Amino acid sequence: MLNAITLLLLFQLAGEAIALLFALPIPGPVIGMALLFVALALRDGPSGELRETAQNLLQHLSLLFVPDGVGVMLHFQRMADEWLPIVIALFASTFITIAVSALLLRALTRHHPAAPADTERQP
Amino acid sequence: MSPRLSGNLSEVWVYLAASPLLGLTLTLLAYQGAVLVSKRCGGHPLANPVLLAVTALVTVLWATGTPYRTYFDGAQFVHFLLGPATVALAIPLYAQFGRLRRMAVPLLLALLAGSLTAAFSAVLIGHLFGASDATLLSLAPKSVTTPIAMGIAERIGGLPSLTAVLVILTGILGAVGARSLYALLRIDDHAVRGFAIGIASHGIGTARAFQVSEQAGAFAALGMGLNGLLTAVLLPWLIPPLMRWLG
Repeated sequence: MLNAITLLLLFQLAGEAIALLFALPIPGPVIGMALLFVALALRDGPSGELRETAQNLLQHLSLLFVPDGVGVMLHFQRMADEWLPIVIALFASTFITIAVSALLLRALTRHHPAAPADTERQP
Repeated sequence: MSPRLSGNLSEVWVYLAASPLLGLTLTLLAYQGAVLVSKRCGGHPLANPVLLAVTALVTVLWATGTPYRTYFDGAQFVHFLLGPATVALAIPLYAQFGRLRRMAVPLLLALLAGSLTAAFSAVLIGHLFGASDATLLSLAPKSVTTPIAMGIAERIGGLPSLTAVLVILTGILGAVGARSLYALLRIDDHAVRGFAIGIASHGIGTARAFQVSEQAGAFAALGMGLNGLLTAVLLPWLIPPLMRWLG
């Protein structure tokens, strides 16, 4: 486990260094993810240890967002003043985005003629 | 409870709250409680662990008058793990390498459409309903993962800490609502489901997708990672002219 965590931190560090060095707008961890992906492709996949550690870490991915979420308490006033546009924009935008991405991807990847059922669904 | 005892208790709280231990322990306790409730509810999307844990923590901090900064001194250790966890997403991603390669062009086109929709629809709808400029600029990067979104907000003139909150809310919304939306649109392919929720709802959507299947999770991780990259590149160019156009 220790090896795997060290490896993840090293890739993150490399990502941060590249982001700073080339003044990229992309955050270090995302560059680190891309670097690790390339490394995995070059050496035919992760070790069992790395796979296990990643699985443990990602199993609780939600937990890592909790501290930022609690930051809502800093913005109660603004939320109270602008709750309507914020609520509508978040709801509508989130679901429109999911729908647009999913429908477009489905339309582009459906190359087998399993679609006739679809015409029936349209009113 | 005698006033003397309650006085001592609040002193103990003030003392403990000043050390990182309390914020960290509270975060883990709240999250584990939230996961337990979520399991009891059969993993129903409404019983979202982030939503439950955040609500519980805000209530405790508010009731005890503990400032967010004090709490975050402890919680930052959890927050820090976002970095290595983001790097670790490369592993499930690699497991889907074959399918990714075959779907590369459709994935990139859907990504571009989804990424632009996420930012523009939020800003336009917010503007339509009278949000202030600071709120609009904080809303624009709401679909990408917290550290990226905060960086973008700073660049385009939003409020990074408000963006962090809007990002979390967007993630929760996507995680809670995606299943019903997919049922409505009759989208069954786990790759498609995962990719779309990763674009719209970043890590929280990805966490939800991993609950559904490994494949949905891997494609969500891809959508989230690519949208983070693309949004970071596009928004600093596109948002200033959009804001000028909106006046």
